[in-house]
Amino acid sequence: MNAVFSFARLGALLIKEFIQMRRDRITFAMMLGVPLMQLVLFGFAINSDPKSLPTALVAMSNDQYTRAMVSALQMTGYYRFDYVAQSEAEAEALMAKGAVSFVVTIPADFAQRVERGDSPQILIEADATDPSAASGAISTLSKVASQALLRAQGMQAAAAENAKEQLQVIVHQRYNPEGISQYNIVPGLLGVILQMTMVMMTAMALTRETERGTMENLLAMPSSPAEIMLGKVLPFLVVGAVQVAVVLVAAKLLFGIPFVGSLTLLLSSVLVFVLSLVLLGYTISTMARSQMQAMQLTFFFFLPSLLLSGFMFPYRGMPGWAQVLGEIFPLTHFLRITRAVMLKGADFNAVAAEIGWLLVFVAVFAGTALLRFRRTLD
Amino acid sequence: MNVIDVHGLVKRFGDKTVVDHVTMTVAEGEIVGFLGPNGSGKTTTIRIMCGLLTPDEGEGTVLGFNIRTDSLRIKREVGYMTQKFSFYEDLTIGENLEFVARLYRLKPVSEHVARTLEELGLTSRRDQLAGTLSGGWKQRLALAACIMHKPKLLLLDEPTAGVDPKARREFWDEIHRLASGGLTVLVSTHYMDEAERCHRIGYISYGKMLASGTVEEVVRNAGLTTFVLQGPRLDRVADALQGSPGVDQVAPFGATLHVVGSDKKKLEAALADVEKEHKGVTVNPGETSLEDVFIQFMSGSKDNMAKDSKG
Ligand SMILES: Nc1ncnc2c1ncn2[C@@H]1O[C@H](COP(=O)(O)OP(=O)(O)O)[C@@H](O)[C@H]1O
Ligand SMILES: [Mg+2]
Repeated sequence: MNAVFSFARLGALLIKEFIQMRRDRITFAMMLGVPLMQLVLFGFAINSDPKSLPTALVAMSNDQYTRAMVSALQMTGYYRFDYVAQSEAEAEALMAKGAVSFVVTIPADFAQRVERGDSPQILIEADATDPSAASGAISTLSKVASQALLRAQGMQAAAAENAKEQLQVIVHQRYNPEGISQYNIVPGLLGVILQMTMVMMTAMALTRETERGTMENLLAMPSSPAEIMLGKVLPFLVVGAVQVAVVLVAAKLLFGIPFVGSLTLLLSSVLVFVLSLVLLGYTISTMARSQMQAMQLTFFFFLPSLLLSGFMFPYRGMPGWAQVLGEIFPLTHFLRITRAVMLKGADFNAVAAEIGWLLVFVAVFAGTALLRFRRTLD
Repeated sequence: MNVIDVHGLVKRFGDKTVVDHVTMTVAEGEIVGFLGPNGSGKTTTIRIMCGLLTPDEGEGTVLGFNIRTDSLRIKREVGYMTQKFSFYEDLTIGENLEFVARLYRLKPVSEHVARTLEELGLTSRRDQLAGTLSGGWKQRLALAACIMHKPKLLLLDEPTAGVDPKARREFWDEIHRLASGGLTVLVSTHYMDEAERCHRIGYISYGKMLASGTVEEVVRNAGLTTFVLQGPRLDRVADALQGSPGVDQVAPFGATLHVVGSDKKKLEAALADVEKEHKGVTVNPGETSLEDVFIQFMSGSKDNMAKDSKG
């Protein structure tokens, strides 16, 4: 009867929370509106697979193979040869000032090498400051180039065979070594959307009780800190689940994002991630005195995590200290998990360490929240 | 055994002592009024008693449970009605009551809620959002929610502030009915007429308990003398008396003027010539009212504060 924890009391808190949620339009807006809006906003950026990108050609000779290669590249629709540069330096300058997105260099000995069967090379430098723009152009490259070469060689079957095996398309991504591909973004977006809505909604939910004075009543009635915490945390797990479903379905339907990994593994990691976020939000709400403060604290956490997690900038492109700092955000680990599972089909062993990290966050946040929770109004 | 038995309670916020060595006992079945001006520490004292605040000094028991260590048990058996309406305005009346019933694990929930709604006369409005209720109805809802789990002690913090006189009358009838059933009630209030409906009262000012006892005891112990003046042009008499030695209060009451002082001899001296100087004015000894006493307390404690700030 006098148990410290009672499922009946937890049930009372849960029912109350769900009713309030149902009546609160803001919650609904954040639950469905924010994910959809963000997906669509980012989606346009992802979806625009730009064609006819300005390109500079540095061709050292004017033989049939070079011509075949240039026309093949033009045929893809991605490359538009606006400039014929006389030297490497000139092409370099064009890219630096943003006049071209690509520089295609076909060396002088290209034809010679093709005929000798001596691994011919072409070099494509891409301005990867806007990597999603360049990625489509790059991904079609290797196949196109090989086919063009085959056609140009036509009857010289033996040489063609060699060339097919040996043609090297060297791609240099300039300014941005990792080069986020379009598919990289949506799994990341899942993490970002969850982080934004989950942390903020939970942080505000408890401070709202303090602000409206209902906390005093709640504390005066027999409910333990653990019950109050779970009563707030569990409903938001459900909200998180709805958001995950929205984002994944939209990712599939709107953008055709490939999904190669295990759905169970992904969903279990999402669960751990959302739990850590909700508990973080709860911890914030034990510190904030008003909803305004809760909001500010959330953003204080949100912005650096966005910058340092690898969502905005490639993690490996960051300086060492920033990488270390990035490790303290659940988002960092979640991004690695989703990208690995969704895009690379990673199994549990491959992401176990990252899931372990997320569990550490859950434990730390839950502990802090319970310690910080004020059982009294002092 | 006393239901409330606390002594030497001290609570400070920063360097401000909000509750200053408050001692209070309340016996079973008693209705005790807790009076004092705004900001005198009533709410803080009540919060300490139900375990919502930890006192900086002092000890005590509520329903036999230690206020420092047993607050969970106290919460189960106390009904606390907060000064500000603190149920959920975005829940309906019925949902609020169901929430409370579940939290106290009352079974079956629906029966408890239905009975409470019936007693309140709110059955037809059970699906109305609590936030849309008027002040008087909110207060009745809050009271009903507080007593649903049959507490042994009710702590009511200014329950009738902003409620019309008829609703106040009904509220107090209800309190007396509950007390006759054995419930103990501590109620803070501003209203003198409500104080008179309590078995005993305590008066707190700037955190200090200045007086306690029955209304008669408090009035008698204040040691005030009151004269009632009647006649024409009392306003001029009032102006003349204001500030004379021995006259602490001059207050019009309807067609009469109450003149109050703590030193009977000086007061009589001040009034000696009134009947001669103002034609038709009569001076008669009168009853000191609770209000006179409280006004006296208030001006007295302001003096205390002035001394404090100087020293
Ligand atoms: N949490 C708090 N922090 C700081 N000061 C407080 C707090 N609660 C109350 N006070 C101050 O303590 C004093 C007494 O307040 P309170 O107990 O609410 O008085 P009352 O209920 O008699 O009007 C007031 O001056 C108030 O400003
Ligand atoms: Mg108060």
